Amino acid sequence: MSKPTKISTLQLSGLEPLIFNESLNFVNIGERTNVTGSKKFARLVLNDNYDEALEVALDQVRGGAQILDVCMDEAMLDGEAAMVKFLNLVASEPEISRIPVMVDSSKWRIILAGLKCIQGKGIVNSISLKNGEEEFLFQAKTIKKFGAAVVVMAFDEKGQADTYQKRIDICKRSYDLLTKEINFNPQDIIFDPNIFPVATGMDEHKNNAVDFFKATKWIKENLPGAKVSGGVSNVSFSFRGNNPVREAMHAVFLYHAIKHGMDMGIVNPSMLEIYDDIPKDLLERVEDVMWNKREDATERLLDFADSVKSQGKKGKADEAWRSLSVEKRIQHALVKGVLDYIIEDTEEARLQLIDALKVIEGPLMDGMNVVGDLFGEGKMFLPQVVKSARVMKKAVAYLEPFMPLPGTNETTGEKEDNVKRILLATVKGDVHDIGKNIVGVVLACNSYKIIDLGVMVETDRIIQEAVDNDAHIIGLSGLITPSLDEMVNVASEMERRGLDIPLLIGGATTSRIHTAVKIDPVYSGIVVHVADASKSVPVAGEAISKETRDAYKKEIKATYQKLREVHAAKQQVKQMATYNEAKANPVAIDWANYTPVKPKKLGVTVLKNMDLSIIRNYIDWTPFFSTWMLSGRFPKILKDPVVGAEALKLYNDANKMLDRIVNEGWLTANAVFGLFPVQRSGDDLVVDPSYTEGKPYSFHFLRQQGKKGKGIPNRSLADYIHPDDTDYMGGFAVTAGLNIEEKLKAFQEQGDDYNDIMLKAMADRLAEAAAEYLHLLVRKEYWGYAPDESLENEDLIKENYTGIRPAPGYPACPEHSEKRTLFDLLEAEKNAEMELTDSFAMYPTSSVSGYYFGHPESKYFGLGKISKDQVADYARRKGVSTAQAEKWLSPNLAYTPKLTSEPR
Amino acid sequence: MANRTNLLLQQLQKRILILDGAMGTMIQRYGLQEEDFRNQELAVVKKSLKGNNDLLSLTRPDIIKAIHKAYFEAGADIVETNTFSSTTIAQEDYGLAALAYKLNFESAKIAREVADEFSANEPDKPRFVAGAIGPTNRTASLSPDVNDPGFRAVSFDQLVSAYAEQVEGLLDGGVDTLLVETVFDTLNAKAAIFAIQEVYEKRGLPLEPSEGGIPIMVSGTITDASGRTLSGQTTEAFLISIAHVPLLSVGLNCALGAAELRPYLKVLSDKSPFHVSVYPNAGLPNEFGEYDQGPEEMDKEVSLFLKEGWVNIVGGCCGTTPEHIAALADSASKYPPRNQHVLTEED
Repeated sequence: MSKPTKISTLQLSGLEPLIFNESLNFVNIGERTNVTGSKKFARLVLNDNYDEALEVALDQVRGGAQILDVCMDEAMLDGEAAMVKFLNLVASEPEISRIPVMVDSSKWRIILAGLKCIQGKGIVNSISLKNGEEEFLFQAKTIKKFGAAVVVMAFDEKGQADTYQKRIDICKRSYDLLTKEINFNPQDIIFDPNIFPVATGMDEHKNNAVDFFKATKWIKENLPGAKVSGGVSNVSFSFRGNNPVREAMHAVFLYHAIKHGMDMGIVNPSMLEIYDDIPKDLLERVEDVMWNKREDATERLLDFADSVKSQGKKGKADEAWRSLSVEKRIQHALVKGVLDYIIEDTEEARLQLIDALKVIEGPLMDGMNVVGDLFGEGKMFLPQVVKSARVMKKAVAYLEPFMPLPGTNETTGEKEDNVKRILLATVKGDVHDIGKNIVGVVLACNSYKIIDLGVMVETDRIIQEAVDNDAHIIGLSGLITPSLDEMVNVASEMERRGLDIPLLIGGATTSRIHTAVKIDPVYSGIVVHVADASKSVPVAGEAISKETRDAYKKEIKATYQKLREVHAAKQQVKQMATYNEAKANPVAIDWANYTPVKPKKLGVTVLKNMDLSIIRNYIDWTPFFSTWMLSGRFPKILKDPVVGAEALKLYNDANKMLDRIVNEGWLTANAVFGLFPVQRSGDDLVVDPSYTEGKPYSFHFLRQQGKKGKGIPNRSLADYIHPDDTDYMGGFAVTAGLNIEEKLKAFQEQGDDYNDIMLKAMADRLAEAAAEYLHLLVRKEYWGYAPDESLENEDLIKENYTGIRPAPGYPACPEHSEKRTLFDLLEAEKNAEMELTDSFAMYPTSSVSGYYFGHPESKYFGLGKISKDQVADYARRKGVSTAQAEKWLSPNLAYTPKLTSEPR
Repeated sequence: MANRTNLLLQQLQKRILILDGAMGTMIQRYGLQEEDFRNQELAVVKKSLKGNNDLLSLTRPDIIKAIHKAYFEAGADIVETNTFSSTTIAQEDYGLAALAYKLNFESAKIAREVADEFSANEPDKPRFVAGAIGPTNRTASLSPDVNDPGFRAVSFDQLVSAYAEQVEGLLDGGVDTLLVETVFDTLNAKAAIFAIQEVYEKRGLPLEPSEGGIPIMVSGTITDASGRTLSGQTTEAFLISIAHVPLLSVGLNCALGAAELRPYLKVLSDKSPFHVSVYPNAGLPNEFGEYDQGPEEMDKEVSLFLKEGWVNIVGGCCGTTPEHIAALADSASKYPPRNQHVLTEED
């Protein structure tokens, strides 16, 4: 057995130490978090209202408790679960967990459960010899392993010690067993020699206080190191309901008990009078009772008690801050994590500022900034920040009903999704996510929707989820050094895939300079290093808001540029490959072992008035729901706990309308497509003129020019065509929106927005479905390279087939003017009654056009940025000026084109 | 084993002992690739294993051996086993929980072998092996889900069983001392200490080093300028929370450089009833996450502690190399160790 440790006094700890030295005098144990002692607390816990239960604990701490007694011994309660839940919550409240915990239970398993939740050195309350030495020693030994101190009740096999002699006998026996049998540190032994009620009217109770005082003195003198504690309120048990008397009794009892050596006690500070303030006559009667001074002491106190009127309760903890300005109060509540008044303060601020959003952007954000600054300066630490965020959340939740609802933006006529989605992930190889979670909470407080992918997230998944969720911002986090490189990977992959989502970088090892030097250059979108959670809010706001985004991007890019220049002007990272280098790094396709499949039907095919009853089976419903701002995948969305009911209703309405569209011929769908032999010429594909009545047609493709890692090609769609031999490609244009105007007009005249939007949405879906159906026909019949394909609609939606149909204007081929070539070649105006606007937009709106590539290796990609050498080459190929090409390609330019003066 | 414990205690009375430096920093020098982290047994594992440095004890024992050797050559008295993350919990991220015991056993064996070689060649300077017990990647007193502060990703019981397995492996592999290190959540450390007690009890090993037990060292991590552990404790609260077993030493490591650790180390030196250890990082990381404090500079900062007589064991954490350790060993030989003293209430 180990020797007692060389510590000569009781030392406890929560987040901070509590050392029992001379200066400590008496240690006050908070008792209101005890279900047997506080009806309010019991009710809160039973009702699962842990928020308020925590407030009870907080009140205790603020009221001066130095140890927190937690007891969940209540018949109606799963005491173990409640103990764990409450202690875990206490651990998240640094103002509470600052002080040590006393795990209070008569049930051993609850004590064990509690011990497993406290990181500090706490106290177990209690064990005793009640069930014999074996159990007593076993429990003490276990407690020792947990490193807790222990309260030992003066209780043995025969019962509770109720006399002076029994008290000292049992305490002595317990002490000897603990120190001699299992080497329990005597400093960690705290005796509870039983505080019993006095003035009960029963003779055997008269000496209860006196015996306690004397036993305390004996223990302190004879059992070295041991401490004495007790539940003080017991002494006044018979005066329940008469607080003035009870408070006086507690004060008098404590006054003497401390003098006799009592070290700590369970005392409700708000139920304690100051000894000197007790009215003389009351004091005299209480003293008589405590010391059992006269036969009629109890009667005299009872008589007096009837005459004492209960006075108002004393003030709670320092509430001076309540008289500050509303801004200061909100700040105080945020910094201190006080939930009590945040609703009323928020409401007051809202009434003052009128606009709910201004309350968030003003006082609430200001408060959070203070939190962020304090955190940054090491004056607040993590758990406190989390607490602040909770207050923020509550305030924002309160303000939400006052904020404008998501709706249709009238100026653009487009759907405007008010929920900004921020995707957060800890990068691959890193498992640290506390900081990321904080950022998540803080941002969520500010009405952002957080998509948290967790830790060790692969780049692919980050990007896919960002695209799938249409994220407005991607936030990457990491704590370990290798994460820095991983973040660069993610950024360059985002670039490669042509994303333009702002990228926020955060985490312990990240820095502004690293972000500027290593990450910002590889991504053309916004990249911002966020120093801490509170800073993430303004950054996210600026990066997303349409008004500020561009200016912000410019500003931040310029800042980082400057940082880079300062850091190492000469080490500037080359981000772009030359066009020639890019061309030399095409998609590697084994052409030697590939024979192009000749389409069964070459030339142009027209399908007019397509059967909508077939096409409707190819609808991809997920985007339909997102049009209606119901997010979720079909068909799961129909059973979604939140939007399911609404989604099902919508789905039924849509199908009813579809029935009418089909049966009553509301819409007409036409398609034209062509399959042609083509010859590759660089990144151009030249259509065999024998299928174009001799007219020369070429499609012009672009090539990724971002610098690629080893083995990653610089893709161009042209790569999917045989470099030398004749190969084949196709083009198509399909619409499902013909004749829609008539019906729309009717709906608009009736002011029927619902059906107006519904019909537009259905036409869009039918056009996409028609394109899907057409593609299927081409693969299986007209081109026929996959005659045996048999896929369900779900697989079609997931593009589980061979070949692609990229559309001009979309990431792989972002240049819209190619649509003109496509339309001319297919004679889409004549064949499908479709039109192109001057800016190459299709009409009817519900239309789709694109190319067909059939090579099994072909897949979608994003072009990303390209350099001037390629733009000049492209202009030459298209036969337009470089300035014209730059205009068309402006979103993809990796450089700022020179301004050319417009001809007058 | 008891002999080596006594030897260790004797050495501690005589001088400041030198702990080794960073393992990860040294491994980085080898520029290893994915295949270095694999062997036949690991061939089928789908997840990338690169970066799971503890695996190298199985796949590239030559490298681990060479690193231990380099530190002993630099003057280290104690090297740490390559087992910082060799718990079922930490390995679970790679799906390799089943390897935990083996990792500890093999790592301990490797370090043991190297230490014995050096001890045999230089009997006046016995070398020791500390079984490194890391914090795992989960926190028992913090919630990973801020919306649910009552949630815990790991329970005390889970930690105890993971640590117990690690301790068994380390003991079977022949370590001289157990080092519960980089404690950022004291409840995790308490679980480790609990597990150690359970294993010792099962094996009939005494807890008290002077009675021949395998000594236990604990080293906490103060995360930032708040002067607290990640879980919010002050240095002194941390010390009190783990002082229930007769530790060989208590100390601080990681997160900060020597200069930043100074105030917290002073607290330990003033209050600790045990020997005091410190193994700081090579300064604070620069903007690229690299540690660029050189041996001389670090030595200068550490020497200030040595001069004050605050420490018994000194070494290096992130970013330190045999060059750092050599400099520290040189300085440490010039100063006497901290006097272990019985603390009284006046302290």
